Amino acid sequence: MQPSEPDWRPSASLELLQLRATVLDRVRAFFSKHAVLEVDTPALSRAASTDPALLSFQTRYHGPGAAAGATLYLHTSPEFPMKRLLAAGSGSIYQVCKVFRDGECGGSHNPEFTLLEWYRTGFDHLDLMDEVERLLVEVLAGIAPIETVHHWTYRELFRELAGVDPFTTTVAELRLLLASTHGIMPVGMPDDLDTWLDLVMTHVIEPLLGAGLVFVCDYPASQAALARLRPGNPPVAARFEVYLNGVELANGFHELADAVEQQQRFELEAARRRDSDVPEVPMDRKLLDALAAGLPDCAGVALGVDRLLMVASRARCVQDVLAFSLDSA
Amino acid sequence: MASYSTNEFRGGLKIMIDGDPCAIIENEFVKPGKGQAFNRVKIRNLKTGRVIERTFKSGESVEAADVMDVELQFLYSDGEFWHFMDPQTYEQQAADATAVGDTAKWLKEQDMCEVTLWNGAPLAVTPPNFVLLKVTDTDPGVRGDTSGGGGKPATLETGAVVRVPLFIDIGETLKIDTRTGEYVGRSKE
Repeated sequence: MQPSEPDWRPSASLELLQLRATVLDRVRAFFSKHAVLEVDTPALSRAASTDPALLSFQTRYHGPGAAAGATLYLHTSPEFPMKRLLAAGSGSIYQVCKVFRDGECGGSHNPEFTLLEWYRTGFDHLDLMDEVERLLVEVLAGIAPIETVHHWTYRELFRELAGVDPFTTTVAELRLLLASTHGIMPVGMPDDLDTWLDLVMTHVIEPLLGAGLVFVCDYPASQAALARLRPGNPPVAARFEVYLNGVELANGFHELADAVEQQQRFELEAARRRDSDVPEVPMDRKLLDALAAGLPDCAGVALGVDRLLMVASRARCVQDVLAFSLDSA
Repeated sequence: MASYSTNEFRGGLKIMIDGDPCAIIENEFVKPGKGQAFNRVKIRNLKTGRVIERTFKSGESVEAADVMDVELQFLYSDGEFWHFMDPQTYEQQAADATAVGDTAKWLKEQDMCEVTLWNGAPLAVTPPNFVLLKVTDTDPGVRGDTSGGGGKPATLETGAVVRVPLFIDIGETLKIDTRTGEYVGRSKE
């Protein structure tokens, strides 16, 4: 069925707009109580995230300082400038802002969405998981109280819910598992283990997570993104994901502070972009300079506010909680 | 060859999967917290009618299936082929038993049907939602019983057998819902 032409009216009901305001008030009250500083960093940047799975919108600036025009990127998260603030001695900070990700649109995605991102100096990812839980309990009190909290490691989660060990499995084993046990036939996928682990995560595990708050931590080192690695056998990334009622809500790291390792990861990602025909983007050298100058030991997390509202209100899709979704924007 | 990117996926879009023409039923965009985005789709194989699932990397392209639905009039069956005609152009199409499938039992000469063409040839035939068919055989009607309860089998002029109320007699014309195969009522025509 073709959707009818969207009209001028909002995508969200007025009650949900009210709920959004209440949730944001409570978020700000929470951080104010814990003396975490609210900050506001630019949405437009000369550099962008090199993560091949994050596509930045780009635009052009013409004006003083750029007579011939300069390419600017809309941020996919405020992570890099917030880390520059941390390196400059800001202490713990948070931000509520719009972020932009090209290509992401569906029942739980809108290419423009509201992110709550915060950094806690002196915290590791375990401390921050506890704070995410405290924040969600306070914000959702009387709206959609959290009934259960469950912690998994990535390894336990795959063993229990999919019956495979993600640290020893192979693409062939995952292909067979998806096809024979779950009737899922991926087409044209690269023979890259992380892609296949992501298929199992999104197609098999996420639908089984069920109600309540779920934390997953200790990701494979190859999925570290911007998290530091914890030595061990195998080494794991100090990264966590948060799910509420089966919906992926937040991603956090014990932040990588090593400028050299960060640059190596940027370069690896840039190479993967070239290999898979994803447009190249300039890496954020100012972030590397900030890390070289010294990022305080900290953990950070980014939480999708629209997803939170979607789960809290039991909305059918994320578009139902947006004042105006993409097709009526 | 024409193709569609996953960004063009929507219900009803016709694509080729494993060499067979298929129609998308449902398209879901899924993405892990970090990592590759996927399009998870439910698809109907238009040759077999089976519903299958496939997952594509978002942004990939898939070959388009040259499939279209046309309204054609059923002319006759010669036993091997069922012949249809476009009443505007008089152009004819012959569908074989595979394309016609179970629909054969509802096909009455002159009725308009939806014929799905793949590369210009009939792939599937959908009968009208309601057809009027004459009873050719059934047990004698029971007078006065209009309750419709119980019922009995009746053979219709196309060979279809449906359950009808006890009062129905040979020679009557019945309205049948082809989607459920159920008796709807007696025709006043």
